Order: sequence, then structure tokens, then C-alpha cells
Amino acid sequence: MDLTFSEEEEAFRQEVRAWIPEAMPEEMREKARGAGGFTPEDSATWHRILHEKGWAAPHWPKEVGGTGWDAARRFIFNEEMELAGAPQLSVFGLSMVAPLIISFGTDAQKKRFLPKILSGEEFWCQGYSEPGSGSDLASLRTTAEDAGDHFIVNGQKTWTSYAQYADWVFCLVRTDQSVKKQAGITFLLIDLKSPGVEVKPMLTLGHTPAFCDTFFDNVKVPKENVVGGINQGWTMAKALLGHERTLLAMIGPSRNVLQKVKRIAASKTVNGRPMLEDPLWRAKIARLEMRFRAHTMVSYRALADQQKGKMPGPESSILKVVGTKLIQELTELAMEVMGESSLTWYNEGLCPPVEESIGPYFCYERAATIYGGSNEIQRNVIAKMILQLPSS
Amino acid sequence: MDFELDQDQQMLAKTVGDFAKNESPVARFRQLRDTDIGYEPAAWRKMGELGWMGVPFAESVGGFGGSFVECALIIENLASTLVPEPYLASVVLGGMTLARAGNAAQHEAYLTPMIEGETTLALAYSEAQSRHDVSSVETTATPNGSGYKLSGEKVWVLNGHHADHLIVSAKAPGGVTLFVVPRDADGVNATVAKTIDGQKAAFIRFDDVTVDEDSRLGEEGSGAAVLDRTMDYAAAAAVAEGVGITTTMLRMTVDYLGTREQFGVKIGSFQALQHRAVDMYAETELLRSISIASMVRADEDDTSTRRADISAAKYQLATGGIWVAQQSLQLHGGIGATDEHDIGLYFKRMYALNALFGDQEHHVARFASDPAFAEVAV
Repeated sequence: MDLTFSEEEEAFRQEVRAWIPEAMPEEMREKARGAGGFTPEDSATWHRILHEKGWAAPHWPKEVGGTGWDAARRFIFNEEMELAGAPQLSVFGLSMVAPLIISFGTDAQKKRFLPKILSGEEFWCQGYSEPGSGSDLASLRTTAEDAGDHFIVNGQKTWTSYAQYADWVFCLVRTDQSVKKQAGITFLLIDLKSPGVEVKPMLTLGHTPAFCDTFFDNVKVPKENVVGGINQGWTMAKALLGHERTLLAMIGPSRNVLQKVKRIAASKTVNGRPMLEDPLWRAKIARLEMRFRAHTMVSYRALADQQKGKMPGPESSILKVVGTKLIQELTELAMEVMGESSLTWYNEGLCPPVEESIGPYFCYERAATIYGGSNEIQRNVIAKMILQLPSS
Repeated sequence: MDFELDQDQQMLAKTVGDFAKNESPVARFRQLRDTDIGYEPAAWRKMGELGWMGVPFAESVGGFGGSFVECALIIENLASTLVPEPYLASVVLGGMTLARAGNAAQHEAYLTPMIEGETTLALAYSEAQSRHDVSSVETTATPNGSGYKLSGEKVWVLNGHHADHLIVSAKAPGGVTLFVVPRDADGVNATVAKTIDGQKAAFIRFDDVTVDEDSRLGEEGSGAAVLDRTMDYAAAAAVAEGVGITTTMLRMTVDYLGTREQFGVKIGSFQALQHRAVDMYAETELLRSISIASMVRADEDDTSTRRADISAAKYQLATGGIWVAQQSLQLHGGIGATDEHDIGLYFKRMYALNALFGDQEHHVARFASDPAFAEVAV
């Protein structure tokens, strides 16, 4: 066990630290300094910049364009990106569908999809939930009817976040009505430019662009777009779940909000001194920062396992439950520290940008404990799979 | 950077865990808690033969030159059955202090026999008024010819009722200073105090106890800095022990949920209890993870780096860890509130660990007052 970095690793840290401000466009640097409010376009721009440097996919195997870094370098890289406040890259392609294609895709699929995910030429979104199928995902009703060399897809997917910016959607669709509900599902890649696809954005609580409904009306999808075999969709979904958990640990966003909380607390006064010097406020912030430290250690253990080619240990299952709660507590603390200023709602120029960005973000993150499998569903799964408690 | 135990460490953890299970089940703790000593010198000697007391110390004093990680792993695994021998008091509190403050002759005289399992140590640092502040010392060391005269009273000295040698902090003309005092020296009056967790400590009065200059550890005034480091080791040790305890409590509780039947079904099939158990699991893993950081950082000389993880770990023990203990007891129902069931013994030990080496508020305040905390990137 060793938490120190070698000289080469420290040199790598300096390289990353020096590179970020050089590579980042000026207006993005402004946002990174705490103003916040990165747009999906900012994220796409940053993706392309990272790709040019060869750093877009540290978690991919080297032969498909990953960096080949060990756990320590990935750890350092993530930490430096978070500290610099760089935009998060869209996870749906790089971290969700790509690892699945790498593990289960055909050679043709790897060749067709991976390079454009890596370069940021094509963005992805996720088509899982439906209006009637949320926590009970396996009850989904979007159908893919066999029509020879292709399927005809009909139905509605909801929470297809960022579909308005995406080129492709990976979907779970029903391909067999006659079997147990989990056994008749297929994992299907659908081009959003196909005739019959309609995307309708929906405002989030934070009025940020994210949520969408996506409608499929007799959409023709070639059979070669099936990943993992027809009726193997549920197995694919479970494999993907493992990747999703570590993604939803919220380490980066939490570190970022913690910095914002301190920045706001340093700029506001209480009883004639900066809030950051007030013992009560300091203690309040410190408590969450200490919990964040413990949470970060859980995620590093999972990262180290992954890097050694092992499945993350069972402890990684708690990352989503703990991390999403933590980001909510942190954004709530940011609101508290702002006091009356937390009333502000998109008033450009009235409040400092860092404050202006908190309210919408606070509202948006209320979804964190719901999306990606609600925290209640996560607990059901952990109780059964990890603790092996009896089923009712 | 590596978050995993190496093979030797894994083997050590397993050996200690097996020893606890086979040679010191909880029933042994129950038998011994009513005896005068509360543990067995023979078992202590055996632990010495196994080499466990020597892991964090240099080879020159009979140790194995390991890191504090090995030491913490031993504590974590001894905790699984509440092994009562005074490892934390003697090795971490007494031993680590002596190792840091003493000279070669003092190491040979006091540390080596302890490592061999022949003697035990205790650290008499806490006073009625001091509350986690090791520099708050009213016990005095008055120069007296070639030595000193010690006067004052120490409280809650762990293993103070039986240790062969006490390490005592006292205020000398040059500041807080450490001394080694035989427990049976003239003027040392120890009163045994039973503790909530079924163990023992002592209130110790020093009435003009005469010690020679060779009993002084280091220079006058060097004591507080040494004790400060010891407190970090002790906090990390308490956290490691808390990991062993909460892990055991969680396992016992999950087993109970899987066997106890009410309303014709296993109570572990109830969603309310399943979700509680999952949250207990989460808090236990958070504690285990930050404990890894704190045991590694305990050897770190940079104060800021060391303290951040150790305080975060002790805070998680005080919050998540204590909550796991509470819920374990609750989910056992009525039997959990009896002395007959083991779950309550673990529960009480958690509260002892919580109270020692800096409580929640102490560590929150310490974390928040570190200069690194207020560094805001602009």
C-alpha cells in the first residue's frame, strides 16, 4: 500500500497542470475559474482538444485509442482536470456505449463507432427509460419488429438526456413478447438522423438543457446495429451498470462545488469577517469535505481494481448512492452560504457568475439521486447482490 | 501509488484474524473482563513471540522495521473478536512515543522487553482539564538534584492499572517533557477505573515521585510535539479498530436479518431493513477506505497531509461508524440490548474509540483550521 507518487508521476502531474491552461480557450478558462455554466458545446470543444492531445479516453485500452496509463496516472489526470475546473466530457459515448462495444461489439462495430466517439465527431445519448418504465426498466414497451435484414422500431424513450446534441442513441428495445420480460430485450444502436425519429427537449428544474423525449415512428434500423446478440439486451444493460456506477460517483463535480463553496464563503462576510473564517461555517464546510475525502478513497479503490484488470470490488456499488447524496448536500451548502443571493435566477451581471451558476445547478442535481437507477433501486440491488439478503 | 495490501500484509491480516477467531473468541473477553487485569500476560507473551508488537519499530530495538500500516492491520483484526490484550495502549501509545522520544539505552531498557511480550507500557498524558490538548499539562517535573520530582494526576490511563512502565508527560522548566516511570515506583498511586467497554484504565496520582535524569525522554520541552504525533497514530489505530468492529457488527447484523423470522418470513426480506443494511454497508466501506488513507498517512511527516486524512477518518468513525453501531444494535431487536448478546459489546467499544484521541468536534475544528483548508483556488 502506497499513497505517494514517484518522480515520474509528479513530472506527469506538472505536465498535465501546465498543459490545461495553455490548451483551454480563454472564455472557457473564465468559466473554469468558477463562473461555471459550461454548455454542451464547451464540453464538445474540450473533447476535441483532449483528443488532439491523445487524452480523450484514459480508460480505454491502448489498442483502441486509450492512453495506456496506469492507475496512478489516471488518478493524477482526473485530479488535475477537476482542480482546473475543466468541463466534463459527455459520458454516453466515451464511458457507456464504448466500453460495451469494446467488450461485446463486432469488429465492424468497433471500426465504425469507436474512432468517432474518440474524436468527438459523434455524440451519443441513452435510450433506456420510457414513460411507463422507470425503475421497472424491464417492462419497457418500445418494440423492434423483425423485418428481415432490419428492425422496425416503434415507441417512446424518455430521459434521453442531451439527445438534442447527439448523433446516436443506444436503446433497449423489445424483440420478443413471448418470453419473460428480461429475456426479450435487445441492445440496439440507432442513428438519430433516421426518418421517423423525433427529439423533444424538456426543461430541467434548473432550466438547463438536458432532458429529452425521443419518439420512434416506424424507424428502420439495420440488424448489424445489435450489440451482444438479439434478446441479450438485459445482460448488456447489467454489464453497462458496472461502468455507470463509477461514473456517478460525482468525484469531479463534488470537488468543483466544494471549491465554489469556499470561494463564495471567502467573499461573503458574517459578523464582520469572511464566512470562511467563521468557526461555525468552517465546521459546516469541513464536515462535507471530510466525507468527500472518504468517498474519494472508495472511488480510488475501485479505479485501482479496474486498472489491474479486476472487476471493481463490491464496495464500488455504494459510489452512486453516496456520491449523488453528497453532491446534493454540497450544492445545498453552496445555496446556504450564498444566503439571500441564492434567490438569483439567471440575472446576468447582477450577481457574481459563480453565484449565478449555483441555483440552476442545485436544482439540476436533484435528479442525481433519481437518474442512473434511483438510489432506492440501487439499495434493492445491493441488498440482494452484495449483502445477499433474502428476497420477499 | 497502490491502494492494495501487499502479499505480506494480506498474510499478516489473515494470521491475526485467525488467531482472534481461534484463540480469543469473544467468550474469552467475557471471561477476562471480570478479572483484575482484564487480559492475560501469557497471551501477551505469545503475541510477542509471533512478532506482532515489533512491526512498527526499527530492527535495532528488536522490531521489524515495518510501517504503521502493519500495526493498524493487527489492531483491525484483533478487534474482530475484541481481543483484550493492550495492543493499542502498549504498542501505539506507549511504544510509538518511546520510540520517537527515547534514546538507544531507553529503547533497550523499555521498548525491547515490550516488543518481546515480557512487559507492557502505558501512556499517562491525559489530565482532567486537558481534553485532547496534549500540551495542557499541570503535572509538574521539578528539578531535584540530578533528577526530577513528579507531582500531579493523570486520568484514564489505558492499561495504567497493569503496565510495567508508564510514560508520563509533565511540565519541566523547559516545557512539556516526557519521563519513564516504573508503575511500582514510590509515590505512584494508581486507582483502577472500569471503562464502558468492559476494559480497564487507571487514574494515577504522582506524589513527589523521584526520577533520575536517565528517565527523561529527550530534551526538556520536547514532549508536546512527540505526543502530538502519538495522538495521530492513536487516532489512526482507533479508526482501524473501528473498521474491525463495524465490519463484524455489519456481518452479524446481516446474518441476523437472514435468519430471524417474524410474520412468517425472514426479516431481511423487508425493504426498510434492507435499505438500512445497505446504508450500514456504505458507511462501513467509507470508514474502511479512509482508514487505509489514515494508516498510510500516519507515518507522513508533513503535518497538513498527515492530519487531513487522519481527522477525516476519525470523523467518519464518529459519524458513519457510530451510526453503524447504533443500527446494528437496533436491528437485533430486544436481544441486542442485553449483555448476553455480543453485539452490545462491540457497540460499547465503538463509543470508547469515539471518545479517545480526539472526538468529532476536535477533528472537525482541526481539519477546518489547517491552512490548506482555507486555500481557495482563484
